[in-house]
Amino acid sequence: MQSNLNNDMVLELLQKQFGEAIITADTPYDLLTIEVLPSSCYDIIAWIKDEPTLAIAYLTNLGGVHYPQNEGRELAVVYHLHSLTNNFRIRIKTFLSIENPSIASIVAIHNGANWMERETFDFYGIQFEGHPNLARILNEDSMDYFPMRKEYHLEDETREDKDDRFFGR
Amino acid sequence: MIASSEDNLPGMKIEKLHDEIYVGRSNDTIDGDISTLNLGPTHPATHGIFQNVLKVDGEKILSSEQTVGYIHRAFEKLAERRPFNQITPITDRLNYCSSPINNMGWHMTVEKLIGAQVPKRVDYMRVIIMELARIADHLVCNSVIGVDTGALTGFTYVFQQREKIYELYEEVCGARLTTNIGRIGGFERDFSPAFHQKLNDFLKEFPKVFNEFDALLSRNRIFMDRTIGAGPISAQRALDYSFAGPNLRAAGVDYDVRVMNPYSSYEDFDFIVPVGTQGDTYDRFQVRQEEIRQSLRIIEQAYKNLPEGDYKADIPEFYLPPKEAVYNNMEALIYHFKIVMGETPIPVGEVYHSVEGGNGELGYYLISDGGRSPYRLQFRRPCFIYYQAYPEMITGQCISDAVLTLSSLNVIAGELDA
Repeated sequence: MQSNLNNDMVLELLQKQFGEAIITADTPYDLLTIEVLPSSCYDIIAWIKDEPTLAIAYLTNLGGVHYPQNEGRELAVVYHLHSLTNNFRIRIKTFLSIENPSIASIVAIHNGANWMERETFDFYGIQFEGHPNLARILNEDSMDYFPMRKEYHLEDETREDKDDRFFGR
Repeated sequence: MIASSEDNLPGMKIEKLHDEIYVGRSNDTIDGDISTLNLGPTHPATHGIFQNVLKVDGEKILSSEQTVGYIHRAFEKLAERRPFNQITPITDRLNYCSSPINNMGWHMTVEKLIGAQVPKRVDYMRVIIMELARIADHLVCNSVIGVDTGALTGFTYVFQQREKIYELYEEVCGARLTTNIGRIGGFERDFSPAFHQKLNDFLKEFPKVFNEFDALLSRNRIFMDRTIGAGPISAQRALDYSFAGPNLRAAGVDYDVRVMNPYSSYEDFDFIVPVGTQGDTYDRFQVRQEEIRQSLRIIEQAYKNLPEGDYKADIPEFYLPPKEAVYNNMEALIYHFKIVMGETPIPVGEVYHSVEGGNGELGYYLISDGGRSPYRLQFRRPCFIYYQAYPEMITGQCISDAVLTLSSLNVIAGELDA
């Protein structure tokens, strides 16, 4: 199915509407990826849902990423959204500092974000402000750390035979 | 039907709505007593480890609270330490009723990342296997709906056919349930003569058996009475909850990844995307029934037009060479070593790829930093996303309807908990 929208068109519309809030834009593997300010993330997601020409109203996926070396912007929240009427996909990224990883919850826009945000909180410790019940979901409640962060290694760190340096990283 | 009245309510109101229902229902309570019922974690009717703490008034459900994560295995974390080809067995264990779709979705994600072109024959072979997997997945789901309504016959009958599909997998990859089928770039080997024989037998025999199964349930008075109106959801609510796959289509939205974003040459095939209207258990059953027929059509088309060519892509840096070549050929030995030790250069980048899994859009969000394993790999697991609508769907229904709703949503514990 052909899309009625293209990356440049959507990016232009977004830049016209939000200007400075869109920090960078790229199209890796032909998927429009924009990095936005965490403070405008909620507004952008709400706007692209309601804007009739875009109608990006389907939340495909929501998740976190941890970049420990990015000082001041260690945690990322990544949204994948899809316009089913226009068959257009977009990826929205926003970066938060690990000291205060807080962002507005989008449950009010997309109900399906409820568990996705809980999962992201569970694994990365990202606080979604305004979430109706931000509790751990897959891990047990008494856990006191966020296991998907990069400081928690999968294997025994004293093992030398599996040093990443020997494997091209 | 509760869901139909909620169409225009914005998302956040739903908690409150439950209260209203609660109040509304309590006026005509059966005996005024509200009790708590633990449905699960292990219960024969839940077909997996799901806990639901139900507040019930007699048989009517007033509210439900879910606990998930009983079989959480940290796949996304595990994937950050594994070379790409070793992630395939992890994907098996997501929706284990249709492992080949998961496997091939992953292979296609990696192929997209490295920019590999696979031959047309591989596409068609994949389509055949994936559609067989879809049939197996839907057969399990639909026959289990039968079991939950008290009709065990259909279940035992179609499981013989699922067995045939598993034998077909076995001919291709040697495994049955957790298939680890195919490789990045294609298949381990071409379809064997035994596979062709078994596939021909299956295509001949299955439609007859399936029609008998359909006749057992589709227009069965008892089955219809039990399933029509059980666990309904409106199209608007389903979209709001990011439903996908047969459950979304049963609510009336014709979103199918195979049509919307065709992969693996799905654009070559002629098939229909069935949709329902009510989004209830009966519609979900019917949508899956029709999808089985359409899958059969796709398999027939793909098999009839199976192109000549190689069963693997020409990507020696990712596709393991044959063992004889490793022992006798310097180049093959080097590639073998590089693949096994994870020294193949991998592009830096981010890719999202999705396939139409048994339960809907199964997505892979892969971030590569050029290392031997993904920097981050996230699975978009349709079960996890739509299971959160379950309390809303069963509020106001009977306990027996809740069981039916659960089985007709086809919530698979492996995919739910990752």
